Amino acid sequence: MSEQEQQSKPSKSDQGQTMSRRKFLTNSGYAVGGVVLGGVLGYLLPKGKKQPAAQPAPQPNENRNFNEALMFFNQEQYMITQAAVERIFPADDNGPGAKELGAAFFIDHQLAGDWGFNARDYMQPPFYVGEKTQGYQGRLRRREIFYIGLRELQNYSQTKYKKDFPSLTPEEQDAVLTAFQNDDVKLSTISASGFFNLLRSSTLEGVYSDPLYGGNKDMKGWVMREYPGNQMSYTNVIEQKFTVMQPKSLRDHL
Amino acid sequence: MAKKLPKTDVVIIGVGWAGGIIASELTKKGLSVVGLERGKERVTEDYYMAHDELRYALRYDLMQDLSKETITFRSNEKVRALPMRSYGSFLLGEGLGGAGVHWNGQTFRFLPYDFKIRSMTIDRYGKDKIPPGMTIQDWGITYDELEPFFDKFEKTTGISGEENPMAGKRSNAYPTPPMLHTPSMKMFTEAANKLKLHPYTVPSANLSENYTNPDGISRAACQYCGYCERFGCEYGAKADPVVTVIPVAKKTGKFEIRTLSYVRRILHKGGKATGVMYTDLTTGEEIEQPADIVVSTGYVFNNTRLMLLSKIGKPYDSASGTGVIGKNYAYQVIKGTAAGFFEDQKFNLYAGAGSLGVSLDDYNGDNFDHSDLKFIHGGNIAHTMTGQRPIQNNPVPEGTPIWGKDFKAKSLKYANSVLTVGSQGSSMPFRHHYLDLDPTYKDQFGDPLIRITFDFEDQDRELARYLSDRCGEIVKEMGGQNILKLKELGPYEITTYQSTHNTGGVIMGENPGNSAINNHMQMWDMENLFVIGASAFPHNSGYNPTGTIGALAYRAADGIVEYSKKGKLLV
Repeated sequence: MSEQEQQSKPSKSDQGQTMSRRKFLTNSGYAVGGVVLGGVLGYLLPKGKKQPAAQPAPQPNENRNFNEALMFFNQEQYMITQAAVERIFPADDNGPGAKELGAAFFIDHQLAGDWGFNARDYMQPPFYVGEKTQGYQGRLRRREIFYIGLRELQNYSQTKYKKDFPSLTPEEQDAVLTAFQNDDVKLSTISASGFFNLLRSSTLEGVYSDPLYGGNKDMKGWVMREYPGNQMSYTNVIEQKFTVMQPKSLRDHL
Repeated sequence: MAKKLPKTDVVIIGVGWAGGIIASELTKKGLSVVGLERGKERVTEDYYMAHDELRYALRYDLMQDLSKETITFRSNEKVRALPMRSYGSFLLGEGLGGAGVHWNGQTFRFLPYDFKIRSMTIDRYGKDKIPPGMTIQDWGITYDELEPFFDKFEKTTGISGEENPMAGKRSNAYPTPPMLHTPSMKMFTEAANKLKLHPYTVPSANLSENYTNPDGISRAACQYCGYCERFGCEYGAKADPVVTVIPVAKKTGKFEIRTLSYVRRILHKGGKATGVMYTDLTTGEEIEQPADIVVSTGYVFNNTRLMLLSKIGKPYDSASGTGVIGKNYAYQVIKGTAAGFFEDQKFNLYAGAGSLGVSLDDYNGDNFDHSDLKFIHGGNIAHTMTGQRPIQNNPVPEGTPIWGKDFKAKSLKYANSVLTVGSQGSSMPFRHHYLDLDPTYKDQFGDPLIRITFDFEDQDRELARYLSDRCGEIVKEMGGQNILKLKELGPYEITTYQSTHNTGGVIMGENPGNSAINNHMQMWDMENLFVIGASAFPHNSGYNPTGTIGALAYRAADGIVEYSKKGKLLV
């Protein structure tokens, strides 16, 4: 029996996982100590909703996406990221926002790999402050920038609104992000606008990259802009007026 | 002590377009050639999952790994040069086929004016037209002398195109007919005709039909899939060295390719090259490959750096303006563009090909009167349909925020409704723009990185504004609204992608006083060393460079064969 079959098999262990996750949340809330406890637990646990006594056991054929788990972020970082990407690319009449499209999972997965480590960037010393025309000259890697940036989003929200970022109203979240974008937030470790730009560009990547990477869920990002994704030929439409076609992903190409 | 291998007739450093052409031509003539390539082997089958914008366009899967080697950059000599830590302004190739794998395939010929730029500028406008510090010079070759070699490169690659009424004379028509025209290309053509300009279909290395070249290599027609620039072609429709010249060389049995072989020095004794020293990247071993003739066929930065590291030729000194290696580094002025929003019209912007477009040269070279203009030369203007992939193409009208509700709504509304007319501005060399070795930063072996000293000049600022205005006129005539145009070129910065058309450093010319190589790409100072690539350009024209590199490589191949028989300076 393959590992995947084992996992999708309904069993008691699913209930066990649910239990242990709850226990983990409580523990992690306890562990963060200095951070306001109410805030942390407040958004990690759904408000005004009763937790079901037990999760319904998944059916054998249920289509679960095993990719929707975290490789790098902790729960708190994931929730902040999810709230932030949704403000950058919000749900509207056109369709889903970055949250539903899985942009936060996308960013998590990217930070866990080469890109997060700046593995293919020149990271040799010495590090000097350069001219703007010379580009990024810091020693921090993207995963460290995210780590610090997300914490600073939280700190700024606390200072300004006495709440954590995910608990703010959408308008307040926008105000916080704008303050980062405009460098109104003065940070000693990273550039606030540099972090914002990284967050913005990786949000768009999560919205529009092939679903292979964990974002652009069900190609809904492409559908909104009538982008056909991975097609093998456009010879038949290249001379034609605008033509909408059913999008295809790289998975369709295997 | 390096391991020493048996001697070969010719060793090539870097197997991209120039290296592939040299290998095919020399092996056909019976010479034994070893090709040393620092990157890995590549085949068309590698591009099965090519339609992946994130992997190739944003994570640079096919490009040089910057953690091992990059360049450093400063605007001028007063600033400390710092490394380009991640990609931006230009993208460096690596691996078999080089940047020829992920190019767009736009294959122009430089203008007759380019090759005689100094004398023709003085003839028409007088000496004072050339501002102080601008170091343009004639190339030591004419368009007519190079024409047969342009023709040869176009036949090898099967260029699809039609006569350009404002360029040099052609001995033959293009081997294949022009690419198909999209509705927006037709709009551009109509608008240009109304403005009394001279539009023509961009000459394309993405084939308009199936084609078999004179070497017997067959390739399939382009499918307009919209993934060319930064991607490899899964059909082999786009001409690249791996599907054209390299198999021809291999078939002779005289060409041995060694990948993951990084050439670090050209070895020489008594004014003659004796071979090269390279590192086998799989073992770390240093290996000596002796050769009768050495041909450096790397990118601009690699060719120049290898000369400086190997102490060949006189390094350029900006203070005195003497020396040649590193001289006349030039780039391109690419920001003189205009984009128009079309409120009620959508286009198939997702489709396209790297060289699909219509362009015109009314404002290129000296095709227009510069008497009242504060710049020389110009640029090709084009509307291209290269495939607007969704992560990188989100144009919104001026004043729209770059994120949030309004950004999302507008970027979706206009995702298929913005047409761009772009220009490829030429770049003139200046005395204080050059390449040399960085005093601080090192590569994976501890060798110094190459350092770029470069900024935009008044010439570039005037040119960019002028071309942006001309592009704007065409977009307006096409029916575009809320036209976005360049306001100010600003300083050169290394963070925004502009163009991978860097030039100069080991330039050609009429004499050893002002150039490193003669018009056969042969080093004046070392007659059995040839250096081929855009490093040979004394300035950069308003076109993509590959057509001209191909022509110079074919001419160099003839020269190398002649040299292998006569053994002396060819000029």
